[in-house]
Amino acid sequence: MEFTLSEEHRLVQSTVREWATTRLLPRAAEMDRRGAYPGELVRELGEMGLMGVFIPEEYGGGGMDTLSYCIVLEEIARAEAALAAVLSVNNSLDCFPIFAFGTDAQKRTHLTELARGRKLGCYCLTEPTAGSDAASLRTTARRDGGHWVLNGTKIFVTNGVEADVLIIYARTGGEGPRGISAFIAERGDPGLGVGKIEHKLGIHASSTCEIVLQDCRLPADRLLGEEGNGFSVAMATLDGGRIGIAAQALGIARAALEDAVAYAKERRQFGRAIAEFQATQWKIADMATRIQAGRLLMYRAAWIRDQGRRHTLEASIAKLFASETAMWAATQAVQIFGGYGYIQDYPVERHFRDAKITEIYEGTSEVQRLVIARSVLGALDRAVEPVRAEGASVARAAGPEGRRRSRADGAGGQA
Amino acid sequence: MNIVVCVKHVPDTEVPIRIRADGRGIEESGLNFVLNFYDEHGVEEALRIKERLGGTVTLVTAGPARAVEALRTGLAMGADAAIHIQDPALASLDQIGTARVLAAAIKAGPCDLVLCGKLSTDDNAAVVGPAVAEFLGLAQATAVTKLELGDGKATAHREVEGAVEVLEVGLPAVITVERGINEPRYPSLPGIMRAKRTAITARTLADLGIAAPPPAHVELLGMTPPPKRQAGRRLEGEPAAVVHELVRALHEEAKLL
Repeated sequence: MEFTLSEEHRLVQSTVREWATTRLLPRAAEMDRRGAYPGELVRELGEMGLMGVFIPEEYGGGGMDTLSYCIVLEEIARAEAALAAVLSVNNSLDCFPIFAFGTDAQKRTHLTELARGRKLGCYCLTEPTAGSDAASLRTTARRDGGHWVLNGTKIFVTNGVEADVLIIYARTGGEGPRGISAFIAERGDPGLGVGKIEHKLGIHASSTCEIVLQDCRLPADRLLGEEGNGFSVAMATLDGGRIGIAAQALGIARAALEDAVAYAKERRQFGRAIAEFQATQWKIADMATRIQAGRLLMYRAAWIRDQGRRHTLEASIAKLFASETAMWAATQAVQIFGGYGYIQDYPVERHFRDAKITEIYEGTSEVQRLVIARSVLGALDRAVEPVRAEGASVARAAGPEGRRRSRADGAGGQA
Repeated sequence: MNIVVCVKHVPDTEVPIRIRADGRGIEESGLNFVLNFYDEHGVEEALRIKERLGGTVTLVTAGPARAVEALRTGLAMGADAAIHIQDPALASLDQIGTARVLAAAIKAGPCDLVLCGKLSTDDNAAVVGPAVAEFLGLAQATAVTKLELGDGKATAHREVEGAVEVLEVGLPAVITVERGINEPRYPSLPGIMRAKRTAITARTLADLGIAAPPPAHVELLGMTPPPKRQAGRRLEGEPAAVVHELVRALHEEAKLL
């Protein structure tokens, strides 16, 4: 076992930490207050290769691995969590599926500009009646000569207001996951519009909106992957995405810890710094412990993904633990700040609001527990998806490697 | 234009320094080291010249094994090659000795311009750049805030008390740069990957034709931490008397008024 980062990973970490501390952290409070999209900062991220971290250089990306991606996201989120959301959607939910499932032409046309940060991506899966149960989505796509015609409404679309490239999931066949296909749409495609813009609890500087499809006509070559394979695309995408959300959550948790430590050393009550009180020390100790545990889970999930192995279980475990750590750590930080923690002059109420989304998007904590429990319990898969008469083997149903995706692996909230 | 940039791996200035038990150096364990801040400006200036005029940017450092990280940072910013002079004898060198070693490495390859940071933030001496120029027999300009390259010569701007001094130097020359000269870029991810693939040339003093380490002209006698800041003083009493006492203290003790 080797627990040290390689020289290049350390260089990624120090570079992004310095950028985030110099360029992002001083603006974080204002970004939260104004809620405006930080286009200039996204352009800088693009120049550094951070909008397509694990996309090969030939397609405009950073040419690095999932571990680098985790390091980048943790450092960005530690300074400001909304920019981490913008970056994570572009990397995980747009660059990845086009790279993994797209044709050469689609990569050349759509991926390169996304990875360079010159175009921005969004991911349209969730619908008003299809959140955690993503496979029940109702948006339709029907073939009309050389085109696909899409109709439906997507909600909770991160980056939706500014996005140039949209990955859209729609039903091309019957009920259930196998009737779903993935498409690439572009801003300006006929029948594609931005609907209601949401006002959120946190991550204010990233936009969230409805995407409305009214007879939206896409050329046939915008189908991403095979027809009917869209749900597999969506779920494979979310495996990587969840590792990214774990990184964002740990960044928020670390910010909460760093701010709490600085405050506890400075704030004096009863004639001494509150850091000298055990009530404070235990909170700090528990925050540090959970953050380190979460980081190890995340690094391991990233490592398994970088080995090219199935990592659905590990991604869910990392995402679940890290997001709950973020919410918990932010709560402790607010408590350590006391009354000052509840007002907007101090950063911890922002961490508290920003942390909550990590327990919801890219699969709620409940969905993560469902994925984890199903993997651990294995054979109970039958209750969800009946074993076929020819006798799908227990072995197939039992392990995470062989387990077929079933419909409740859902997105839960974001898309 | 072939440019050599001298760089140094120094303690992060954000991190508190502890003096070693023997008083002859600093405790390095647990300390974060970075590419010297002024050298970053040197690398940036070299990269901008290369982007305009073509050529190569080669980094050179004389330092322990960890100093390779300073070279990797510069390579990740976009430098083409790097030379790491590593030798047990380096530990006994003063700034003049270091300059002699760097000059020997620079002399071994093609070079039209040498760039250095104005000083390194650890020992604050500002000696190595000028001494490298002397050992190479080249013209020099120090603490340069603007550099323009012409045919076989360079125009360097220096901020001096109350004025900007404009110097012309023949090339090759040694230029040490001030922070105002440019805004260094951040390394990009593809740059970091290229830096990882770039082979770093290792050199010992013997490789550079230096048989015995140059004797030090300066001996370090000891290091002491700066005095702790005194606690503030609180003036109490009638406002008129307090103001009177404050003005007296600012005038006579702090000598600010």
